Amino acid sequence: MNAEAAVFYVLAAITVGSAAVVVLARSLIYSAFALLFTFVGVAGLYLLLGADFLAATQLLIYVGGILVLLLFGVMLTHKLYDLDLRSEVTQFLPGVIVSIGLFAVLALTAWRTDWAGGDGRAPAATTREIGQLFMGRYLLPFEAASILLLVALMGAAMIVRRKRSA
Amino acid sequence: MSPDRIVQSALLLSLALFVVGVVGVFLRRNVITVFMCVELMLNAVNLSFVAFSRALGTLDAQVLVFFVLTVAAAEAAVGLAIIIAIHRHRDTLDLDAFNLMKW
Amino acid sequence: MDFIYGLLPADLPTWVRVLGAGIACAVIGVTAMALGPLLYVYAETKVAGFMQDRIGPKRVGPHGLLQTVADAVKLLFKEAIYPAGADKKLFILAPCLVVVGAFLSFVVLPFGSRMQAVDLNIGLFYVVAVSSLSTVGLIMAGWASNNKYALFGAMRSAAQIVSYEIPAMMSLLTIVMIVGSLSLQEVVWAQQGGLQSWFLFRFFPIMPVVAIVFFTAGLAECNRAPFDIPEAESELVAGFHTEYSGFFFAMFFMAEYTEMLVISAVTSVLFLGGWWAPHPALQQIGSVGLGPFWLIAKAWFLMFVMMWLRWTLPRLRVDQLMYVAWKVLLPIGLTLVVLVGGLVLWFPDGFAWDGWVGWPLTLALFGFLFVVMQRAIRWSRKRAVEMAA
Repeated sequence: MNAEAAVFYVLAAITVGSAAVVVLARSLIYSAFALLFTFVGVAGLYLLLGADFLAATQLLIYVGGILVLLLFGVMLTHKLYDLDLRSEVTQFLPGVIVSIGLFAVLALTAWRTDWAGGDGRAPAATTREIGQLFMGRYLLPFEAASILLLVALMGAAMIVRRKRSA
Repeated sequence: MSPDRIVQSALLLSLALFVVGVVGVFLRRNVITVFMCVELMLNAVNLSFVAFSRALGTLDAQVLVFFVLTVAAAEAAVGLAIIIAIHRHRDTLDLDAFNLMKW
Repeated sequence: MDFIYGLLPADLPTWVRVLGAGIACAVIGVTAMALGPLLYVYAETKVAGFMQDRIGPKRVGPHGLLQTVADAVKLLFKEAIYPAGADKKLFILAPCLVVVGAFLSFVVLPFGSRMQAVDLNIGLFYVVAVSSLSTVGLIMAGWASNNKYALFGAMRSAAQIVSYEIPAMMSLLTIVMIVGSLSLQEVVWAQQGGLQSWFLFRFFPIMPVVAIVFFTAGLAECNRAPFDIPEAESELVAGFHTEYSGFFFAMFFMAEYTEMLVISAVTSVLFLGGWWAPHPALQQIGSVGLGPFWLIAKAWFLMFVMMWLRWTLPRLRVDQLMYVAWKVLLPIGLTLVVLVGGLVLWFPDGFAWDGWVGWPLTLALFGFLFVVMQRAIRWSRKRAVEMAA
């Protein structure tokens, strides 16, 4: 087993383990903090797969943005110093059966397919090339995404604002 | 690890992550937990995109990840806003309680 | 690292030597960074004393030099108290996360042309991304304390950091556009040639504004006065670290001062030429390069500016804080991105007057401030004598 494989297995254990905590934790706040380790683990996997720019983006957007937003959501929808943020686990059996079936089908597909398509080496420096793709081939989706973000920003502000008493 | 081995392993890992997310959506009835599980699934999909990018040696898949990130960010903002608004009206986060639109 | 690598016995396998040298370097580096705050806290108390016409610490050791050492020893021996109802696991994890987030940025800081842990080609982006780890740490600390003041402090702090990150990113973007790279080493190399080619003095009236936007946002990101709403003593006891004592409190303290150093060092890399000397003649003495000295000197000067601001400006109110971020800094930042983007296209070498207008004006400004300060001190001394008489 070489170093790359060892790092991969450690990261994989962190990612899937903390993802399991997200799903199974009794308290909502534990789920949220476990999500931090999942995101960091995925960022590490990106690095391992040679996507360094994406790894930094993952940290910045998921950890610095979405997770903080989620924590705000948890704190705003519960009494502030209420430690017991329980939520129930239901529909155990059907859920597990469907999930195992899904995993079996997808895993079989991934395992059977021959992935040795390209040269299999990680692209060297990604930042410049990603920028050129954004400004070239993907310019229209890029602009659409920016409009989507603007609309989401305005929509979120609209929804949460309390109605002014006329 | 040989190049195609690592791609395969990453894909299997992303599958595991995705299925964990699916399990969460099935099992939990709390809106915010379900929301987190959706984020897990999006992360799993991103991971598989990055693995594809590594397999093909091009960066187009990584560009797609950026679009997924954009959508995830927008979804987090609007989704949490909706959750907070519903919480104000119904005073609960249980998904089964939101049945006003149910036929 | 090469030096320590050479010290290790050659008959060991290569990976043991690499690992050993790496760990040794990390231990030395982290220790140096962990001991830095002792110095900075001493400097802070002395500056505070000077600003308020006091003496500051003077009892322990000559000129009070050992005061912070004594404080640190006291903190280490103090019992770590876990408040009733606190979540012990998260309570311990939180300060660790904050410290890790603060220390990770050091990986890419260039102290010299070869003195850098790694020259990541996404360096600047990495610094911004890593700092988001400590945000989560702060919320965790606030929540785990089971104290509403701590939680309020943490929420304010998170909101503040997330808001001020945006103007900081905008001003980073202008530098990235000028250099055409995210690597900190390349940013430094682009400022070669002495004082007049530092980015602070490029496009003269414009880049100083960028620098001020970045420094202000950075100040807010490390929760320093006048942006210290999250730990406003008069409102929130001590913010997110209200319940922390002993070693864990020391960790938060260390993280805060480390973050100050990181912001100062990044600002000097971006705008003040990093490890370049103000004049090429001062770059080395004989064969000894002075790069690390210049970077640290600049960073410490900026830390002094931070302390100076802390003891000069009153604290902002919460709504004023958000106003400054979203309605002042962000529009300025957006305008600057567009403006500098255009300027880079039209004047790739900068304005014609870049070499000889910016730095004399800045030096003159500092000279003026110095004279004013000296006069004020003389006046207050005279007045004190008069009052006593």
